[in-house]
Amino acid sequence: MADASSQIASTVPTSRPGRLSEFWRYFKENRGAVIGLYIFAAFVLIALGADILAPYDPTAQNRAATLVPPVWQEGGSWSFPLGTDPLGRDMLSRLLHGARYSFFVGIVVVVVASFGGILIGLVAGFAPRWLDTIIMRLMDIILAFPSLLLALVLVAILGPSLTNAMIAIALVLQPHYVRLTRASVINERTKDYVTSARVAGAGRLRLMFITVLPNCLAPIIVQAALSFSTAILDAAALGFLGMGAQPPTPEWGTMLAEAREFILRAWWVVTFPGLAILVTVLAINLMGDGLRDALDPKLKRS
Amino acid sequence: MTGTASEPVVVAKALGRDYSVGGGLFSRPATVRAVAGTSFELYPGRTLAVVGESGCGKSTLARMVTLIEEPTAGALSIDGHAAIPANWAGLRESVQIVFQDPYGSLNLRQRVGAILEEPLKINRKDMSASARAEKAREMMRLVGLRPEHYDRYPHMFSGGQRQRIAVARALMLEPKVLVLDEPVSALDLSIQSQILNLLLDLQERLGLAYLFISHDLSVVRHVADDLIVMYLGRPVETGPKDAVFAAPRHPYTKALLSATPSADPAGRRERIKLEGELPSPLAVPPGCPFAPRCWKAQPRCRAERPELQGAPHPAACFFPEA
Amino acid sequence: MSLLKLRNLSVEFATAGGGFRAVDQVDLDVAPGEILAIVGESGSGKSVSMLAAMGLLPWTATVTADEMSFDGRDLRAMSGRARRRLVGRDMAMIFQEPMSSLNPCFTVGFQVKEALRQHLDLNRRARHARAVELFEMVGIPDPEKRLGNFPHQMSGGMNQRVMIAIAIACKPRLLIADEPTTALDVTIQAQILDLLVSLQRETGMALILITHDMGVVAETAERVSVQYAGQKVEEQRVEGLFDTPHHPYTAALLAALPERATERRLPTIPGVVPGQFDRPEGCLFSPRCRFADETCRRVPPPVQGRELGLARCHYPITSDARRKESAS
Repeated sequence: MADASSQIASTVPTSRPGRLSEFWRYFKENRGAVIGLYIFAAFVLIALGADILAPYDPTAQNRAATLVPPVWQEGGSWSFPLGTDPLGRDMLSRLLHGARYSFFVGIVVVVVASFGGILIGLVAGFAPRWLDTIIMRLMDIILAFPSLLLALVLVAILGPSLTNAMIAIALVLQPHYVRLTRASVINERTKDYVTSARVAGAGRLRLMFITVLPNCLAPIIVQAALSFSTAILDAAALGFLGMGAQPPTPEWGTMLAEAREFILRAWWVVTFPGLAILVTVLAINLMGDGLRDALDPKLKRS
Repeated sequence: MTGTASEPVVVAKALGRDYSVGGGLFSRPATVRAVAGTSFELYPGRTLAVVGESGCGKSTLARMVTLIEEPTAGALSIDGHAAIPANWAGLRESVQIVFQDPYGSLNLRQRVGAILEEPLKINRKDMSASARAEKAREMMRLVGLRPEHYDRYPHMFSGGQRQRIAVARALMLEPKVLVLDEPVSALDLSIQSQILNLLLDLQERLGLAYLFISHDLSVVRHVADDLIVMYLGRPVETGPKDAVFAAPRHPYTKALLSATPSADPAGRRERIKLEGELPSPLAVPPGCPFAPRCWKAQPRCRAERPELQGAPHPAACFFPEA
Repeated sequence: MSLLKLRNLSVEFATAGGGFRAVDQVDLDVAPGEILAIVGESGSGKSVSMLAAMGLLPWTATVTADEMSFDGRDLRAMSGRARRRLVGRDMAMIFQEPMSSLNPCFTVGFQVKEALRQHLDLNRRARHARAVELFEMVGIPDPEKRLGNFPHQMSGGMNQRVMIAIAIACKPRLLIADEPTTALDVTIQAQILDLLVSLQRETGMALILITHDMGVVAETAERVSVQYAGQKVEEQRVEGLFDTPHHPYTAALLAALPERATERRLPTIPGVVPGQFDRPEGCLFSPRCRFADETCRRVPPPVQGRELGLARCHYPITSDARRKESAS
């Protein structure tokens, strides 16, 4: 079938739709991805506008109304639509503010991990064999640890806080970027356009950053989207284990940990943060799949 | 066209290139002789074609002449200067290359303008941006691209137009030598003739010297002035095109000519059928490398390697055709 | 009685940018035991039309035809199962890239025997014997040993021979060879072409050779069908085609061959093959044709009679016109 498709692909007309519209068309084909994108957009808006949207201060305790159930259940009231936690804090406000932390964690971790990972990967891809071997074995060692365990160890050394948790998660995620970048750099390096840049006299730095890197970005963008969700999940897990954000921060994982003992008495205190994590991570993963379909030409149909 | 009276721009003397392959932690690397003992002179305004099948070393030769790889044996001089790595930076502008696949040889993330201006940006640092753009536009006119193409990306072009872009880029530094590595093999027949005409025009106008690498003898016959036939890294026959095509002396040249299908159903003829395939370059037979497939091979051929010699044009064979 | 008969075959692909017609109203007849070449440039739909006949197109393709029959049996009405039995046994196909057509995880012997197991009722020993026999037929030296090789241990030429062995394993009545020698060296190409022609002669099967190489056509084919932008523009016996092409495209293509050049500048065909978004209204070749006039640009051309090579052209080149041209 490869033959048939190459036959068609080679009839490239002179007026073809632009890169962006083509991307959107492929992305649109994947319905799950579009839904994911909308949910993610809502998530971003909530994170940005939490102050305006939230009816209460997320840390304000209302001693008169502890463990109020959600509005549709008996005993619930419209003043606390999703109920309150054991300290009488409004669940809805805490969840909305929690989105802000999760988004922050995701952005920071992805930026730190991808920046470092891409840099190291580029160096490894262009380095002489011995340096490449050293770098890649180092990355293999990091990858050999269970990622959450490694993050736990790092946080234990650095001390539990959201910042340290982010650093730890970024470090754990970094090798994936290194491997991905190195693999595509090595693949691109053999192509004729790189040789022709060398013939034109391009130096090594120019080759790395101007010639090769832009051509390696597609898989890295996909990886970034997918590791955004991993970062949120890991941060929640660390928070749950008491090694991430500390109470009273309304971080979703920390909220879960705080409410653990009330699971049987008040289902809403655990269910809502859990659902928030689930929906966000699922949405981002769906979106990442769509990105992969649209950006990775190897998987493109027709 | 300028005659052979002028000075050669490229002189190669017994050029060779070895690679060591394999050689992991526990195994000893093997040596592959990709090119050996290749000598030629290339004159301005003339085309030297290098012909051979895959694995004959023609692409390695191209990479050495374009200063991407350093020869491991012999000497190369370009424009009168020895082409040793210390001089490479200065000689870069003299030699440029056009590749076979116009889809892989252009950076898809750059606009045509940026692709064309990149060589200037690297080598003529004092040139202003507007001067660079002016030069790029002039070059686009020269190779038959329209001015509005300046802002487009390569994926919007057909194969033939991309090859025009590749040629334009190669000419931006006003090189004296253009290495053409199978420049029309990936193109459709109707496009192929457009590009060949373009190359011939440019050569006449700019006095370029072409090192034309190809496996397609009918194309070579059309464009070349001189010819090197290579087999397993070594030249087996060299000479003026007409002489070699009219009276091939080496059996391999003869077989190659005979195997090339001609577009004339009336002229169907018995082909010289070569037995077997190219030996692996890791295990080049001693003696004449062509001996295992040659129908005239004698014990001497298998024991001793023939030198490139003889008249009217040199061939590396003990029993050349008359 | 033709073996493979296609009438008004069209194939349309659903792409992100809308429908794309890869094959457009193609008629084709292949008689038993003949060698037909389908020539065309990339995008001419020459592979796609054959893949459609084999039923090997992806789901994005819509195939329509007035008639599509093999040996009198209607391919369109056939169930998927019956068609799969036909394909591979009575109709076989080989492709351009022998390396990627073979599965790198299995030995070539296994793959040949697998083809035999699928379609023929033979026991293990008989399959082995037949595999050895097939390897001998396609000129693979030392077949017993080669059966145990993996595709990466052999050269491109040898792998193409294996592909041919698999294709002829069940004595097909039609073999479709899609650019079988394009990826091979010239001397190996000559070997493979000789092999295909001699196998065709020995077994009496029909051979469809899809290629872009006019030289290969001239040296092997008996009848030639020329395709352009998905349409068949001309069909003739090989001698006639190279001698007196009737469609301007065929004529221009032949003139552009470097080996036919009379001067240093080659005659060219301006422009490029129309694509998905710039398909002309009338004759598809009209934007590039030097004889085109207003009619050509507006009205799709009719198919001329057999004496004019079935040329799809308003003004086919006749011998009179040719004489006038050479006189002027």
